[in-house]
Amino acid sequence: MTLDKIWVYCEGGADGVATITLEMLAKAREVAGTVEAFCGGDGAACAAELGDHGATAVYSTGDLGGRMQGVSVASAVAAAVSSGSVAAPDAFLLGTTYDGRDVAARLSVKLDASVLSNVVDLRLDGDRLVGVEPVFGGTINVTSRFTNGGPDIWLVRPKSFEPSAVGGPPAESVELPVPDLGAAGGAVVLDRFTEESEGPKLDEAAIVVSGGRGLGSAEAYSMIEQLAKELGAAPGASRAIVDAGWVPYSYQVGQTGKVVKPTVYIACGISGATQHLVGMKGSKNIIAINKDSEAPIFAVADLGIVGDVHKVVPKLTEALEGR
Amino acid sequence: MKVVVCVKQIPDPADPGALDPDTKTLRRDVKLILDESDSYGVEMALQLVDAAGEGSVHLVSMVPNDEVSGLRTALAMGADSATLISDEALAGSDALGTSRVLAAAIERAEPDLVLAATESSDGYTGVVPAQVAELLGLPSVTFAKEISIDGGTATVRRQTEAGADRVECPLPAVVSVTAGVVEPRYPSFRGIMQAKNKPVDNLKIADLQIAAEQVGWAGAGQEITDIADAPERAAGEVVVDEGDAHERIVAFLDELKVI
Repeated sequence: MTLDKIWVYCEGGADGVATITLEMLAKAREVAGTVEAFCGGDGAACAAELGDHGATAVYSTGDLGGRMQGVSVASAVAAAVSSGSVAAPDAFLLGTTYDGRDVAARLSVKLDASVLSNVVDLRLDGDRLVGVEPVFGGTINVTSRFTNGGPDIWLVRPKSFEPSAVGGPPAESVELPVPDLGAAGGAVVLDRFTEESEGPKLDEAAIVVSGGRGLGSAEAYSMIEQLAKELGAAPGASRAIVDAGWVPYSYQVGQTGKVVKPTVYIACGISGATQHLVGMKGSKNIIAINKDSEAPIFAVADLGIVGDVHKVVPKLTEALEGR
Repeated sequence: MKVVVCVKQIPDPADPGALDPDTKTLRRDVKLILDESDSYGVEMALQLVDAAGEGSVHLVSMVPNDEVSGLRTALAMGADSATLISDEALAGSDALGTSRVLAAAIERAEPDLVLAATESSDGYTGVVPAQVAELLGLPSVTFAKEISIDGGTATVRRQTEAGADRVECPLPAVVSVTAGVVEPRYPSFRGIMQAKNKPVDNLKIADLQIAAEQVGWAGAGQEITDIADAPERAAGEVVVDEGDAHERIVAFLDELKVI
């Protein structure tokens, strides 16, 4: 028994459809007969890639002219469903991303439907979906389901599923008109800035080097960046040093922040608070450097170094130079 | 300018306690403190009122018991007053139920600007700020790194996957603030003393014309069906650095063929 229809929120940019969207399409195909995508922007541009990953249609608003994704897309979906021009899906899947959360939140109010956030797995239990959310630093998995008759709104953590292409034909492009948004639509993007980063993206890198409070100061973070550069890795951070303002929020690995699953994760001066562990425990190999031998990070490390990051990290960077 | 800041009192994340076996949710019958994530919104509000040269900062919070200590922390930082919706019926609320209560209380305060954290540190659903905005018919800008106010318009630098967007937004509006963007002040001794006498309006959900079945367990559109231990990750080799531990790391990386 599968669901009839799932809608997957499509995000993307100049480089194509976002990985999180492809991940959700793969899972949606397992649990639903029909999988369709919806997006704020030009759906036709994504139709081939979405079709290749199993979406049969893409509902899109067209250019939003700088208006916010959340209010625009949620209003367009709600208008289409309430007018009957589109049959409501059994479930919406959206990524736990900046825009995904906005769309889910606005949609939940408009449809009077509950939202379940941060799920890392979805499966069928009878004819309904249940979702799994890790809590307490990933030591406990909580399984939940909706009770209000739907449609379900799931916010899915990136890296939960593997994308898989099925070679389908391009998704049929269908217009999803944005209704008059009133005051709620007042926010407009004036400029978009791209942060130039030399290395790979944090959630796509094969190696991640993260720094924590043990670095002692914001200036010491440069040793993390140097090591990351030497390894072709992405630099990351614990919440403690993001909260302290040493590095931007976009560096944060953890429950709040990004979930990463690189081949190698190197935690430098990170004690391993539950908040952090849930964001990196899925890494294939974990190396931890911390001067406190009792630090919880050592409980998940494949290689633990009890030592001073200020000594070990520069020596490691130097040893890697020229290799 | 009147700024409302949504704040949450949560179990201390350093000692989060346990799941209640009956309700399968985080036990909240422990001492609750101000969610550190909210201290950035409080600080941002205080700075914006300072910059405007006039105005006030009002807190809105809800709790299933009568806890106020976290609220007093935010008042001690400099917030002027608070509304606390304290009602047993709130226990078990999902994000939408929470947002309904907060939105109703915020509406009574008639703010120019509503600030919140991007997500709480205990539930971290990350949807409450935009739900509140939708319920109030307001624009919202989430994941703000910077906010400036000029007359009736906010200009917000918003975190994005690629970098940041500069967003212009008419007020009133709801803005969620990422951690680390301002340095929350420590409450001074004087602030702590003053906080004891600052007005806290204690409300029940009935005062907001909200029925018990719309919130709490009864109103939550979701239920927990199972709780299980996650597979444990085995700990590996531990080496005490004698000055050459970096060599062991290089060897490990070599074995993995990543260098």
